[in-house]
Amino acid sequence: MTISGPAGAPTLQPQLRRTALRGLAGMDRLATVGAVLLAVIVLAALLAPLIAPYPDDGGSATHPLEALLPPSGAHWFGTDQVGRDVLSRVLYGARTSLLIAVAVLVIAGVVGVVLGVVAGYAGGWVRDVIMRVTDVFLAFPALLLSLALAVVLQPSVTTVIVAISVTWWPWYARLTASVAASVSTRGFVDSARCLGVPAPVIVFRHVLPNSLTPVLVQLSLDGGGVILTAAALSYLGLGAHEPTSEWGLMVQQGQSLFTTDWWVVTCPGVAILITAFAFNVLGEGLRARLAR
Amino acid sequence: MLRYLTRRLGQAVLVVAGVVILTFVIMRLVPGDPAVAYAGPRASPAELAAARARFGLDDSLPVQLWNYVRDLLGGDWGVSLHTRQPVRDDLFQAFPASLELVGAALVVAIVVGIPLGVAAARYKGKFPDLSIRVSSMLAVSVPVFWLALALQTLFASGLGWFPVAGEYDANLDNTSPLHVYTNITAVDALFTGNWPILGSTLAHLVLPALVIAAYPSGVIAQMTRAALIEESSRDHARLERALGFGETSVLTRFALRPALNPVLSLIALVFAYSIVNGFLVEAVFNWPGLGRYAADSIRSLDTPSIAGVTLLVAILYVVANLAVDLVQGVIDPRVRSR
Repeated sequence: MTISGPAGAPTLQPQLRRTALRGLAGMDRLATVGAVLLAVIVLAALLAPLIAPYPDDGGSATHPLEALLPPSGAHWFGTDQVGRDVLSRVLYGARTSLLIAVAVLVIAGVVGVVLGVVAGYAGGWVRDVIMRVTDVFLAFPALLLSLALAVVLQPSVTTVIVAISVTWWPWYARLTASVAASVSTRGFVDSARCLGVPAPVIVFRHVLPNSLTPVLVQLSLDGGGVILTAAALSYLGLGAHEPTSEWGLMVQQGQSLFTTDWWVVTCPGVAILITAFAFNVLGEGLRARLAR
Repeated sequence: MLRYLTRRLGQAVLVVAGVVILTFVIMRLVPGDPAVAYAGPRASPAELAAARARFGLDDSLPVQLWNYVRDLLGGDWGVSLHTRQPVRDDLFQAFPASLELVGAALVVAIVVGIPLGVAAARYKGKFPDLSIRVSSMLAVSVPVFWLALALQTLFASGLGWFPVAGEYDANLDNTSPLHVYTNITAVDALFTGNWPILGSTLAHLVLPALVIAAYPSGVIAQMTRAALIEESSRDHARLERALGFGETSVLTRFALRPALNPVLSLIALVFAYSIVNGFLVEAVFNWPGLGRYAADSIRSLDTPSIAGVTLLVAILYVVANLAVDLVQGVIDPRVRSR
């Protein structure tokens, strides 16, 4: 200790560190909750055929005599209009929702990252053109453009994936472009260029891997948004259709029964809420950790 | 400033042009023949040909695009296939109702979100912070259509505290007819002193506005918290603490104002998002806005109407973005050189 701080500093510093630690601990706790929730949901989706009490009810089975039974030991979440076990359908619905989320994030992520890294490295008019095109797509709120597209295509899970991907990639293109632009000014990129490494190799071997982290965090943050948009499209009848188990569709089919048979609508709604919440909390935690 | 202004305006015009082209392309992909949709399935070949000629469907695509742009600029947004009225008139009818709903929702979101963000920043890492963060996360994660159904079932159909659907009690049109000026019912009722309709509209607004407010209140609270925490770690905050100001004073007297800058631009951006989110809520509460119009248009594959709604909201979004950038350019000169 050669430099003595101002009076009060010794007591202030540990206190500051303590509150900071507590804040981080709280944040990590919440992110951990998100990670655990998400792990449970992914497991439930993967194991749906094994753990669903009535696996056939995830599809087109009907049991008219057992229609709209309230929750009980035999049917924890009750049964729907045609007597299917709601718990089984909620479990199978997790498969549909996660499939859509993963597919959209992969498609939009790949398209966005490739265009973004090219724009960021090339700069000049290439960057201008790509950025103006992303501006156009960004001008449509995601749900609106997906709505317009879903009307045009036939309603199905594939349609939902295509429609949302089309609205989702520009975010990643923008983000990657700005990161890639700054990576491209770094020394190792200059060295590669001087050594005569061809531009495509520089872009995909050197710039791309070094520009990925922010996009990966953003992708994890966006899972919730994709799931909400997909559920909304299905709710509007533009997505999955019978007999697929899909949460938004289940809400739509049961909505007139809310007053009398609440479980038909409440269970899939809460499933959407919890899944989106898990994604959002986990993504927030990752972003905070990255920002440190 | 002038150079920044012209550059930013030029960009916005380019984006709007792109939006028009993209809308046109999507609408050309629609399955089914718009002429059949308009003339009806039992139309004679001559009637069909007349409809095709009327919509210019016989021209080549570039010519159709050119005509489309020319008509748009001339204020002709096409004729709706299901209301049989000019789309522009339909939008003039529906948009103010959506504006009323989303406006009310944003007021709620600001009034709820900013104080919650301040409280979370003040008690950072403690219980109030954690609970506010969890509830704001829940608010942005809840599916709006489900929340709308739940609140409607609970508070309207169940407890009967609020009306179930609609914009105001239609019987009031007979007892105290409304003079329409702005098409925003609450505003028209207020300025013409039509208290029965005003009261009825406000009662009808509560539930749908609360549902739409969920998402923006969540993001506003999160943004306010983050901006305040960053602002209160700056040098000026240290000086204020050294001068003996308490933590609450540092936050609300000194840090809040600069921290609100990003929050304000956020509000402009969630506005357009909330209009679209409101589509789902309008469908549940039968609110006579853009969402219900869009839903009807989708059901009847009414291309001109869908294109009209899409264009209107996209342009709104571009304008909101532009406004944010210009205001920030005025406040903060550094923005202009970006």
